[in-house]
Amino acid sequence: MNGILSIAAFTVAMAALATLLMLPPGIAVAWLLARRRFPGHVVLETVVSLPLVLPPVATGLILIRLLGRRGPLGAWLERLGIEVMFTWRAVVVAMAVMGLPLLVRAARAAFEQVDGRYEQIAATLGAGPARVFFTVSLPLARRGVLAGSMLGFSRALGEFGATIMLAGALPSTRTIAVAIYTYTETGQGAAATTMLAVSAAIAFGALLLSNRLATSAL
Amino acid sequence: MSIPITLDFSLRQGAFTLEIHERIEARVVALFGPSGAGKTSILESIAGLRTPQRGVIRIGTRTLFDSRAGVGVPVHDRCVGYVPQDLALFPHMNVRRNILYGAVVGGRRELDQVVGLLELDPLLDRAVTALSGGERQRVALARALMASPALLLLDEPLSALDLGLRERILPYLERIQDELAIPMLYASHAEVEVRALADWVVVLDGGRVVRSGR
Repeated sequence: MNGILSIAAFTVAMAALATLLMLPPGIAVAWLLARRRFPGHVVLETVVSLPLVLPPVATGLILIRLLGRRGPLGAWLERLGIEVMFTWRAVVVAMAVMGLPLLVRAARAAFEQVDGRYEQIAATLGAGPARVFFTVSLPLARRGVLAGSMLGFSRALGEFGATIMLAGALPSTRTIAVAIYTYTETGQGAAATTMLAVSAAIAFGALLLSNRLATSAL
Repeated sequence: MSIPITLDFSLRQGAFTLEIHERIEARVVALFGPSGAGKTSILESIAGLRTPQRGVIRIGTRTLFDSRAGVGVPVHDRCVGYVPQDLALFPHMNVRRNILYGAVVGGRRELDQVVGLLELDPLLDRAVTALSGGERQRVALARALMASPALLLLDEPLSALDLGLRERILPYLERIQDELAIPMLYASHAEVEVRALADWVVVLDGGRVVRSGR
């Protein structure tokens, strides 16, 4: 039971870190897609949505090519002394990439709904673009951004395909989804069922919180 | 205080074309004309929210726009206070935060002065959604004034109010003139308001100036 609880705690912690990691790029991309027209708009939109339609293991393979020792990002990180593959960092990256499209979709819709009038008037009051964003656009879109973060977090919690490609099923990188798979494969049916129950309880809590956030007067 | 204003530009928007070639020197300028005459387009071109195809916009000695010289001062550097017809009070901030949004740093005394002038003291901690039409109007005025503008642009500030409220807001506008001496450009389709406030009138119709003078 101890093992199961520590796997659950590890998974929640990694999903929380992944959510923090996806927030800055997710919000930036969502705002760009909602408020700016530029060459490459469609390309950016497509690239961000890719993890939604690609098989997660395929996304995992792309990440291996990028973050592996011979990958462009991996080589650079190695020089900085940061190892990603088969560490907790790999879990966070896989979760963040898989959760990002959900965050971007929800946040983009929220930014699109912000009346551009408020942003214009803020500018006439002397606020530069960054101040307009942080004091007007983002606060007015906060519900959608929060809902998107919860969706991304929930997606991260259940991530399996990309995680197992990038982080493996080592005891040190084992998430709930990977543990269910490993326990089932190795004939530990009771442990798999307990893990399932824990997983369902966490997912239920996350969805409940997300609905609360969506309906509360923030 | 009067200020020389150069409005010499043309703006095309779909089928509508606005042509204005005026040099004005006055304290309160009224842009007078029916809706669709181009009043809002003029105010928003000065504020920088619309970009004319060609021409010059100059307030005092400062050039805000000059198509030939390639000058287009960004909206946030124009120092004009714009109160649009829809007011656009920030719905996620209370009255105080709305008013302080454009406040120049260290403007504490000015807040007291503006709040006193527009009698906003009892409203400061209210949500903007809980205000009446006249109160919203005064908050929007205060917010624009706190940014210490060189010129105040008012788009139909009284048209959304009923007659009784209009008569209550008008003195506030006169007070702004008397106590803060900020020049105003005031768009209206009501002759009464124009007579009460303006010392220069530009009459517009269909995007053209029909008449202009004191």
